[in-house]
Amino acid sequence: MTPLLSVQDITKRYGAQIGCADVSFDLYPGEVMGIVGESGSGKSTLLNCMAGHLVPDAGKVVFDTRGHGPRDTVTMSEPERRMLSRTDWAFVHQHARDGLRMGVSAGGNVGERLMAVGARHYGEIRGMAVDWLDRVEIAACRVDDRPTTFSGGMQQRLQIARNLVTGPRLVFMDEPTGGLDVSVQARLLDLLRGLVRDMGLSAIIVTHDLAVVRLLADRLMVMKDGHVVEAGLTDRVLDDPQHAYTQLLVSSVLQV
Amino acid sequence: MSDYNFAYLDEQTKRMIRRAILKGLAIPGYQVPFASREMPMPYGWGTGGVQVSAAVLTPDDRFKVIDQGADDTTNAVSIRSFFERTAGVATTTATTEATVIQTRHRIPEVPLAEGQILVYQVPIPEPLRFLEPRESETRKMHSLEEYGLMHVKLYEDISRHGHIATSYAYPVKVEARYVMDPSPIPKFDNPKLGGCPAIQLFGAGREQRIYALPPYTRVVSLDFEDHPFEATKADHPCGLCGADDSYLDEVIIDDTGGRMFVCSDTDYCETRQAAGHRGKDAA
Repeated sequence: MTPLLSVQDITKRYGAQIGCADVSFDLYPGEVMGIVGESGSGKSTLLNCMAGHLVPDAGKVVFDTRGHGPRDTVTMSEPERRMLSRTDWAFVHQHARDGLRMGVSAGGNVGERLMAVGARHYGEIRGMAVDWLDRVEIAACRVDDRPTTFSGGMQQRLQIARNLVTGPRLVFMDEPTGGLDVSVQARLLDLLRGLVRDMGLSAIIVTHDLAVVRLLADRLMVMKDGHVVEAGLTDRVLDDPQHAYTQLLVSSVLQV
Repeated sequence: MSDYNFAYLDEQTKRMIRRAILKGLAIPGYQVPFASREMPMPYGWGTGGVQVSAAVLTPDDRFKVIDQGADDTTNAVSIRSFFERTAGVATTTATTEATVIQTRHRIPEVPLAEGQILVYQVPIPEPLRFLEPRESETRKMHSLEEYGLMHVKLYEDISRHGHIATSYAYPVKVEARYVMDPSPIPKFDNPKLGGCPAIQLFGAGREQRIYALPPYTRVVSLDFEDHPFEATKADHPCGLCGADDSYLDEVIIDDTGGRMFVCSDTDYCETRQAAGHRGKDAA
């Protein structure tokens, strides 16, 4: 089976500082990978390198494209990479404001990706937008409201709808539940879990919240100082941590 | 004879502008950066158009200036007399007699002919500006032909107003490649942009951009399949000349709400009146 995404020896430096170093892993279709680690451990750098927002200093990010099979996205041309990032890829930002157009209505936000790939029928675009708002539990009557009038949780759900409307195969998520209160987090996680199952999505989730990865991720990578210190099945890593840092991380979770 | 160099600008500057114009003509709809000069008028009054006119004028040209279609408004009168003084060229108000026409916000009603040049004054050349404020990003979007965002604006129009409410500066696609801002002409004029026998040049002074449409360029107004582009005008005939095919200005004529509709193209209206056409408000 061809991996959907194959990351090989990705390294990114910021001058003398290491962003992330020698990270390699394969992600298979339908799999959800979690990346955890403390602030500054390089997990966001890694995610941005994979999603094409940053250019890694070394390494390959091989994606199994629909048309041409496995291709290295680091060396592919920019138009191709940008095409990927609005069709087969999705990126959910930690702050919904970074991923939404705040001056454009909810329907316009969801429709943007459709129009970017050539949809030119207003009625159909709007129909899709309403359908997706419904799937992420936003009332259809809010379709013409701007995201500025939405709560934080709604903005995050709108961002997810906007990203998934073109049926991507790989979703990058950067702290998707960050900054939300726990009950809203729970519903968002529930929603994400449902969407991942129903659409057969593969996803890479960066977070520092171990509860999020326990719920969503099949596999887990633990990062520290730019290096992967431990990787394995989520249950195994969380229940039987081997590396000293992972043990510290697992034991630091507050028990309620 | 005047103390100014011909058409105010020095020869090197005119060469620089002509190079930008030639590049613009070679890549229709592409915004060519140029080193815009200070002109003896404020930005927003047509500094871009004046520089383009200065670069294309020759002593044999006959020059016409219109502002919102009219030959007799402040902007039009002062730019016309500016070139009378600095270039000594002949001027006219008749569209058919002019070889170079500088315009603000209108295309003349009378179809243009080969050999004529239409120079537009452009305030904001970037059609994506209000959707994406970063110039670095909009340039990338142009070069990669990523124009989905332009339709987001039209989508917003329909969702808010039930139809595409953009009525001027209506975005167009040139030769199936570049999306272009046609300057703030009413969308009534958009169909005249395409297949036009005259050369059309666009100058934005403050924004330092020149772009162009060579004769007979294919220009399509953006729209949706189920909300097609529609060139609209006030649903009246002209009060003075009776024309029902021209773009109209609404003029309030008293304090009790009285109004009349008149051609915004004064030359077109006067020519028709001279030929004996009369509207219902004609004296």
